[in-house]
Amino acid sequence: MASHQQNEHQAHSHGSMKSYILGFILSIVLTIIPLVAVLNDMFNKTTTIVIVLVTAVLQLLVQLLFFMHIREEDGPRYNLISLVFAVVILLTIVIGSIWIMTYNAVAV
Amino acid sequence: MAKAHSHEHDHAHGHQDPEQLKQFGFWLFMVTDVILFSTLFATFVVLRGNIAGGPAGADLIEMNGIIVSTFILLTSSFTSGLALLSMNKGNKQGLILWLAVSALLGLSFIYLEVSEFVHLVHEGANIGTSAYWSAFFTLVGTHGLHVSLGIVWITSVIIQIARRGITPATKRRVNIISLYWHFLDVIWIFVFSIVYLMEVM
Repeated sequence: MASHQQNEHQAHSHGSMKSYILGFILSIVLTIIPLVAVLNDMFNKTTTIVIVLVTAVLQLLVQLLFFMHIREEDGPRYNLISLVFAVVILLTIVIGSIWIMTYNAVAV
Repeated sequence: MAKAHSHEHDHAHGHQDPEQLKQFGFWLFMVTDVILFSTLFATFVVLRGNIAGGPAGADLIEMNGIIVSTFILLTSSFTSGLALLSMNKGNKQGLILWLAVSALLGLSFIYLEVSEFVHLVHEGANIGTSAYWSAFFTLVGTHGLHVSLGIVWITSVIIQIARRGITPATKRRVNIISLYWHFLDVIWIFVFSIVYLMEVM
C-alpha cells in the first residue's frame, strides 16, 4: 500500500513524456532564435545582446521547469532557496566584476 | 496504513526522508558549481578585449562545430530525461538504453570540443597566448571536464543498474546524474551565448 502510493507520487513528481518533449522543442527554438539573429546580422549590437541573453535565461527556465522539476518539490522548498542563493552570488560576482573593471579596463 | 501516514508526515515537514536529503545535498553541490562558473564567466567577460595583439576569438572560432555540439548537448539533456521516465515505469532496458545514448552524445560533444581546441592551438591560440585565450580555455575547458566526469559517472551508474536493477539507491543515483546532466546543459547554454554567439556577432 505504502509502496504503491510512493510509486504514484514518484510518477507524478518526475514529469511526463509530454512535458519532456515540450521542453525539448522549446529549448531548440530558443537556441535557433539567437543563432539566426547573430549569424544573419539582423539587428544592431545592443538588440542582439539583449536577444542572446533573454533567450539564454528563458532556456535556463525551460530546463529548470520541464527537466529539473523545480516546481514539484515537496515541503519547504530548500532546493529552490539554494538555487536563489546561487543566482544572487552569481549576479553579484559577474555584474560586480563588470562594473568595477569597466572603469579600470587596460584595453578597451 | 500507519506507515503511509508517517511517510506523508515526513514529506509535509520537508527533507526528513534520507533520499530527499541526499538529493538536497546534490543541489548544494550545484550551488557551489554555479559559484565556480560565475567566477570563470566574470573573468572571461572582463578579459574578453585583452588579446595582446594576437588572434581574436572571432578570427578563429568555427561556428559550425559549436552549433552541432550545442544541439548534441541539448538532445543529450532530453534523453537523460527519457531515462528517468523509463525508470519511473520500471523499464530497466529502456533506462539503460537512454542513459547509454546520453553518455554517447556526451562523448561526441567532448570529441568535437577536443577537435576545436586542437584546431585553435594549431592556429596559434593556446592558453598562454593572451588573457582572452587564458579565460576562454579555462571556462570552456572546465565545462568540458565536467561533461567528461559526467560520462564516467553515467557509465558507472549503468553498470550498477545492470548488476543490481532498479533499487531505491540506483533510483536516487539516476535522479542525481540526470539533474547534473541538465545542469551541464544550462552551463553550456551560457557558454554558447556569452563566449561564442557574442564573440562572432
